[in-house]
Amino acid sequence: MIALPAQAVRMHARAAYAFVERNFNLVRRYWGWELVWLVYSIANALAITYIGAGMQHISGAVVDTNYLVLYLLVGSLVWGYLDIVFHSISETIAWERWEGTIEYTFMAPVSRLTHLVGQTLFSLVYGLLFTSVVFGVVALFFRLDIQGANLLGALAVGAAGSLSFIGFGIVAAVLPLLFPEKGSQMTHVVEAVLLLVSGVYYPVSVLPSWMQRVAAISPATYALEGIRLAILAQSTWGALFPYMLRLVVMGFVTIPLGVWVFGLAERYAKRTGRLKRSG
Amino acid sequence: MSFPALEAQGVCKYFSADGSRPLLPLPWLGRQAKKVAAVEDISFRLPRGEILGILGPNGSGKSTLVRLVATLLLPDKGWIRVFGHDVVREAAAVKKMINRVSAEAAFFKRLSAVENLMYAARLYGMEGRTARRRIGEILERLGIAAEKAREPLEELSRGMQQKVAIARAFLTSPVLLLLDEPTTGLDPRSKREVQDFIRELRAVHDTTVLLTTHDMAEADSLCDRVAIMCDGRFVALDTPARLKASLEPTHVRASLEDVFLALTGKELQAEEEAA
Repeated sequence: MIALPAQAVRMHARAAYAFVERNFNLVRRYWGWELVWLVYSIANALAITYIGAGMQHISGAVVDTNYLVLYLLVGSLVWGYLDIVFHSISETIAWERWEGTIEYTFMAPVSRLTHLVGQTLFSLVYGLLFTSVVFGVVALFFRLDIQGANLLGALAVGAAGSLSFIGFGIVAAVLPLLFPEKGSQMTHVVEAVLLLVSGVYYPVSVLPSWMQRVAAISPATYALEGIRLAILAQSTWGALFPYMLRLVVMGFVTIPLGVWVFGLAERYAKRTGRLKRSG
Repeated sequence: MSFPALEAQGVCKYFSADGSRPLLPLPWLGRQAKKVAAVEDISFRLPRGEILGILGPNGSGKSTLVRLVATLLLPDKGWIRVFGHDVVREAAAVKKMINRVSAEAAFFKRLSAVENLMYAARLYGMEGRTARRRIGEILERLGIAAEKAREPLEELSRGMQQKVAIARAFLTSPVLLLLDEPTTGLDPRSKREVQDFIRELRAVHDTTVLLTTHDMAEADSLCDRVAIMCDGRFVALDTPARLKASLEPTHVRASLEDVFLALTGKELQAEEEAA
């Protein structure tokens, strides 16, 4: 491994921090949008979780309401968090294009890896803060029984899941780079497919077999299963290990792959003039 | 060995004609796009400390040439070097030496001048405390009050935004400054302030400047040499005085506009109005 000189490391760290600071400044300046998004997310999480609370009334059958509420709440929160991570990274380009700063950022002496590391750090911190607030509010509405849950294990699976979603986000970020007008919408299609197949609100086993095959390559599938095992089945670290391993391996494959694909796409965009704001 | 600040040799850049771009970026799939030349066989040398103006109407290839130097586009033919570094193979080294100001101030408009400048300073590896001090000094020099500097940029005038864009370029101390129509759309006073600042950059920091413009008076007063660009090609490159002298004796007291008309057969002003 080549040791980087300390000064170069400091320069990269400052450049990566530039994206974190800039994005938090944008969050602060667009606080109205953030508030709307927070209220929407809380309402959405409550609406989904109340399905669990009301299931006994809907079906007339005896159900374990606490289990169902927790099952749906985990789905809602984990998906909400992973979606923020995915979205913040996949919108790296779309956001800059919209603001008209893409050429300035791409002209700066910052490696794309540093750029993506900065964007990723922001997405992780922001995702955690946002999801914590949603959880804090939703928890006030339900009497949640999480005694015996392996919370640390759940967090570890979540961290491993973040890693793999970062890679997916970087790959998806290529779309707005290649397709200036429709790329951003294409990333929403990727999100929608992941939401459909990953067992966010239902077990993957209820899906048609072809969808289950797609679910097998979605990191959200393993993140959700692992976290649910930790919280609902109070599974031990040993039982969670295969999920974490799979997610870490997915991250180690998708992150370098994403950076490599991004590099190719950047070269293509520079050859065809697609960096320009108007596209 | 001393390299010129900027050197280009046989540079060509082609783009797909409107509507002929394939849906997928795969050349072997589907129809091939029709190509139009945005920049065609451009060669020049720009010595350190000089201000070179590129004069031409909209669509003449000025901005494409600037983007090629700025590493934002890859040339299809030829090469460009900044202080001896190739813009394609040594893009990282080139990026440390350049900065660009364009007609559209590329800012996060909801962020303040200070927030935008901090972002730029950190991107260029500046330490936070040093950056804050330098930002304060530069904004003061430009006459931007501290409270204005903390307002969202979208609430400042176009002239003020452009001054902040110049401040951003100044902050990173580029040795080659690319100015792509920096005074377009500014009122006369703001225009003069920006021009004074460009002169100061050159005088104080020995910055080399590549300036594109379609303002004849600006080119005449600011530039050591002027290249006239039309349909992607340089049709002339010389000092403003020699360009004007080249029309004698048919023109007495020729202006750069006369030179442009004589060389391209087009009237720059009419082109701008039609565009």
